[in-house]
Amino acid sequence: MQNAPAVETTGLRKSYGDVHALRGVDLHVEPGSVFGLLGPNGAGKTTAVRILTTLLLPDDGSARVAGFDVVRDAAKVREHIGLAGQYAAVDENLTGFENLEMVGKLYHLERGLPRARARELLSSFDLSDAADRLVRTYSGGMRRRLDLAAALVARPPVLFLDEPTTGLDIRSRIELWDAIEALVSEGTTVLLTTQVLDEADRLADRIAVIDQGLVIAEGTPGELKSQVGGERLDIHLCDEQRGGEAVVALASIANDRPFLEDGSVRVPVAERRGTIADAVRRLDDAGIAIDDISVSTPTLDDVFLKLTGHAAEQEGEEAEAQSR
Amino acid sequence: MKALRYGISDTLVLAKRSLLRIPRQPDLLVGFTVQPILFVLLFVYVFGGAINTPGIDYVDFLIPGIIVQSIVFGGFVTALGLADDLKKGLIDRFRSLPMTRSALLTGRTLGDVVTNSFQLVVMFSVGLLIGFNFSSSVGEVVAGILLLLLIGYAFSWVFAFIGLSSSSPEAANAFGFTILFPVTFVSSAFVPVDTMPSWLQPIAEHNPFTYMVNAARALFLGIPAENNVWLALAWTLGIIAVFAPLSAWKYRRVVAQ
Repeated sequence: MQNAPAVETTGLRKSYGDVHALRGVDLHVEPGSVFGLLGPNGAGKTTAVRILTTLLLPDDGSARVAGFDVVRDAAKVREHIGLAGQYAAVDENLTGFENLEMVGKLYHLERGLPRARARELLSSFDLSDAADRLVRTYSGGMRRRLDLAAALVARPPVLFLDEPTTGLDIRSRIELWDAIEALVSEGTTVLLTTQVLDEADRLADRIAVIDQGLVIAEGTPGELKSQVGGERLDIHLCDEQRGGEAVVALASIANDRPFLEDGSVRVPVAERRGTIADAVRRLDDAGIAIDDISVSTPTLDDVFLKLTGHAAEQEGEEAEAQSR
Repeated sequence: MKALRYGISDTLVLAKRSLLRIPRQPDLLVGFTVQPILFVLLFVYVFGGAINTPGIDYVDFLIPGIIVQSIVFGGFVTALGLADDLKKGLIDRFRSLPMTRSALLTGRTLGDVVTNSFQLVVMFSVGLLIGFNFSSSVGEVVAGILLLLLIGYAFSWVFAFIGLSSSSPEAANAFGFTILFPVTFVSSAFVPVDTMPSWLQPIAEHNPFTYMVNAARALFLGIPAENNVWLALAWTLGIIAVFAPLSAWKYRRVVAQ
């Protein structure tokens, strides 16, 4: 069992009427790794997580989590997983402590252990001071941390995090990332869904990009980025006519051919450090005046544009905007 | 055996959760205490003088009726709670745990039995203070109280179904109070049925609430029960037999999306 994958799916399919949420998804997650499922709203990420956590039955295909089939051995799967969702699923009318204690009891932990684990987790998630306050008085970030803590009560070997940082401010997001990284260092396998490339990049060992129910790319963050293209300098010249000269002057600092677009010079670069200074110096040497210069990093949109030929879906963004 | 033990402990854990909610939500606490008391006082002192109940004091007539009505709505916490859990995604958390899945329903309905017992104590106390008297044997009073708790339990399952069928706690609220509330009035709970217009009388007479209220009166006041206790019991068990499986079915449906 030691080397069995923590999560493995074969040809997973799920439809809701005419909507094909999953159209044959194969995933393979090594134990002890962090696997990122990256995609826009409506791509099928949440459906995949719901099937893997036994909340939903697949129409076709199979899935095993921690070595157990999610349909035939659903009860066994539930003993080995933790789930934290994009909506902090904690009871507002209980205190933080009561929430965690209740979850511990429902995992059927040994007598006394639910209380001990609750205290331990509240302290490691920096919630000890709020332990006896009702959750409805918590901030969004605190709820999300409590939600994550609830998923960890039984020390599950496989943890599912469905968009764990959606809707959080930057500070809370970074705190949550730190917490997740600490977990991984203890050997927990994490499957995380996200719409944010940065998040997958920071946390995941491997990423599968999912779109319209299919995995369209898979690899390490580095592999995916190189498919998409890395960072890029965008330089706007005072005199757009001299773009051709600028391309020549900058060719040696680029890792791909610089090109002209929308009146700007685009320079793909491998390493952002020092490149702005370098570029400025070269253009200065060539006597070309710069109006503006900036670095752009690839975004989820770039990934999608490159991989699918269409932008990350508009309706997804609208739905997200509405939910705010 | 292990499954049964877990089933019981999970039910207790979730019943406790359901109960902890009540003192923390002042509106619920008011609903359980102040509201039924106000109703008792309102009917006895405001309407009571105009309502003629031959051979029986109005307060004696009213208390069993109003207690049946209150206990029927005691299960409302279940409807609100389930609708809330669904809306906030808490049900997903519970279903991803290795707990007994039905405990989410059995825990809530069991919690209702506790709140209903509390409600009975409050209402009988108020009743006794304003002149209500038990005039039957201890055995009958105990049987009456058990029947009331069973009625409350049955309606917890009705409310579980309503909660699972509602898109929000507000919708559950509207559904419960616009449909069920008036039905409890077209019964023998507040006025004698023979004072109603003749076309309404058959409806009121065959209203299951009438059987339940008449059964409670018979058991607490020592008046002839006729078939009322058995009819009330049959209706109560019938409601459980229909709505418990219906709620379980609805629960499986709403969560499988």
